[in-house]
Amino acid sequence: MSLLEQVRQPRRRGRAAVEAIAGDRTDRARLLTAALCAALVLVALASLGWGAADDTRALPALLSRFGLAEAELRDRVIVWGVRMPRMVLGVLVGAALAVTGAVMQGLFRNPLADPGLVGVSAGAGLGAVSGIVLAGALPALLTGWLGLWLVPAAAFAGGWTSTLLLYAIATRQGRTSVATMLLAGIALAALTGALTGIIVYRATDQQLRDLTFWGMGSLAGANWSRVMLAAPLILAALAAAPFLARALNALALGEAAAAHLGVPVQRMKTIAILTVAAAVGASVSVTGGIGFIGIVVPHLLRLMQGPDHRYLLPNAALLGALLLLLADGIARTVIAPAELPIGIVTATLGGPFFMWILLRNRAVMDL
Amino acid sequence: MLEATGIRVTLGWREILRGIDLFARPGEVTAIVGPNGSGKTTLLRALTGEVDHDGQIRLNGQDVDRLRPWQLAAMRAVLPQATALAFPFTVLEVVRLGLAAGLGAARADLPGKALRRVGLPGFEGRLYQQLSGGEKQRVHLARVLVQIWEPVAHGAPRWMFLDEPVSSLDIGHQLQVMQVARDFARAGGGVIAVMHDLNLTAMFASSVALMEQGLITGFGSPDDVLTDAALSRAYDCRLRTNHAPVTGRWILPQGAEAGLS
Ligand SMILES: Nc1ncnc2c1ncn2[C@@H]1O[C@H](COP(=O)(O)OP(=O)(O)OP(=O)(O)O)[C@@H](O)[C@H]1O
Ligand SMILES: [Mg+2]
Repeated sequence: MSLLEQVRQPRRRGRAAVEAIAGDRTDRARLLTAALCAALVLVALASLGWGAADDTRALPALLSRFGLAEAELRDRVIVWGVRMPRMVLGVLVGAALAVTGAVMQGLFRNPLADPGLVGVSAGAGLGAVSGIVLAGALPALLTGWLGLWLVPAAAFAGGWTSTLLLYAIATRQGRTSVATMLLAGIALAALTGALTGIIVYRATDQQLRDLTFWGMGSLAGANWSRVMLAAPLILAALAAAPFLARALNALALGEAAAAHLGVPVQRMKTIAILTVAAAVGASVSVTGGIGFIGIVVPHLLRLMQGPDHRYLLPNAALLGALLLLLADGIARTVIAPAELPIGIVTATLGGPFFMWILLRNRAVMDL
Repeated sequence: MLEATGIRVTLGWREILRGIDLFARPGEVTAIVGPNGSGKTTLLRALTGEVDHDGQIRLNGQDVDRLRPWQLAAMRAVLPQATALAFPFTVLEVVRLGLAAGLGAARADLPGKALRRVGLPGFEGRLYQQLSGGEKQRVHLARVLVQIWEPVAHGAPRWMFLDEPVSSLDIGHQLQVMQVARDFARAGGGVIAVMHDLNLTAMFASSVALMEQGLITGFGSPDDVLTDAALSRAYDCRLRTNHAPVTGRWILPQGAEAGLS
């Protein structure tokens, strides 16, 4: 019995305990939600102790804010000014990447649709890079407030345009062609990559420094203003996702059948595309491109609890946040005191993992 | 009442439906028959609002094009000719998709009941993608059934649109599924079914529409429409109604040279 089958059909006793009604995986999903919540809280707290500074001092520094412990100013700054925003940003971006992955896969009815793979992140990156360079060209007066918002807004516009383009190219008469989608995504990624290259080529040295972290993806630049920048769009997208869940379930039957089930398909597609663009745009604008979270997390969850989007989307947010925090932990400890860009960690772990899934399940890959 | 008048559909420069009037009463199974490519599926897709069309379609007196998707979903369910399902849903999860569209998720007992009605008891926990073709087809029928479980809701009939509901079923399940459709009609609902099997049509339908090249060329009771002459012309082969001593009408091709009209 392959591992996949074991995950899908746990031994009789285990199934009887978790599955009250045959075929009903609701309770299993709820259990998983509880477990993921607990794990996320633990890892989030632990992450405040990871890093170059001595980790036994993290707890007092954390509690000192509430007058519960004594801590040096330096430790308080490290925990509250550096690691806390980094943790919050990691949670936001991890959740955003995993949920947008799941939403896109539902929209395209394909488990390979991931913003990173099909060029949406590249589009958002192009937007962000244009934003950075454009901000440099604006009069100094404007760059203060507007410049801050210009980059996320441009990343959003870039992500939105490429999602829209992709959907328009890949969908004919209500059917989305997987092959067309992947090919169009490759073309789109190449085109946006080339345009990004042109812009980077024309950038100044200062702008180049700003641009370098795009390529690899990193949480290293996290601070509270970045959190504030990304949070509104990401939270808006995460809040919209539950309203898409039912419609995405119906969409698994195809657009026509979904319409017959009462789903306003066109409106729902618009909302889904806006959601993806908002969350990917915001994430890319603060952390650059971080791959594989959006594809690995929903895939794992579908194996564990089934594809029902009412439970897939919230659990994807939790697991995405959890995995990104863990990846960030690896990124900042493995070559301490220096650190790796997190995109390198997710790619080195996620790439082989994904290949393993593909090899393992050659027969059932039409998920 | 389903009243469709002057339905025209053009797909890619070709006029597929060339002016169709169709009336169907609740309480009856109305069958649409005709050769491949005559436009049966296209007509069903027009009737369910899936393709753009000229002409007017009224369901229970309401203009279908003016209704919101969820209003329509509470009034009628559709079984398509072919369905693909993305992602590994269980049978129960597929059937529940219909539940959410129609009555709301409150009636947790319905999926099990519907699965028994279509001859799939105990299939709830199976993965849909691992079922056989005929089993899949009946899962979708169960999904359609839970969407419009009560044939009459708030005094108005509900409707079932079925595109070749028995195309991949064995003879026992063909009869079972047609009986489900007829029971639904007898309880006050309306059934529109695209059919290829003329004998099942003769057995179960109250009215038949015969389609040829985008037009309805015969409409009425099976006795009036399924005549040797009309069928032989429409299907371009020699067909003849026999009368079996026990089962009655039986439409058969004539001899080995039947195809050579
Ligand atoms: N999207 C389309 N674009 C162009 N032509 C189409 C389209 N869909 C169907 N047709 C054509 O319209 C005609 C009617 O098709 P339809 O599917 O309605 O036939 P049908 O009566 O259901 O046939 P079957 O018995 O094989 O299911 C066919 O000739 C078909 O090729
Ligand atoms: Mg057809």
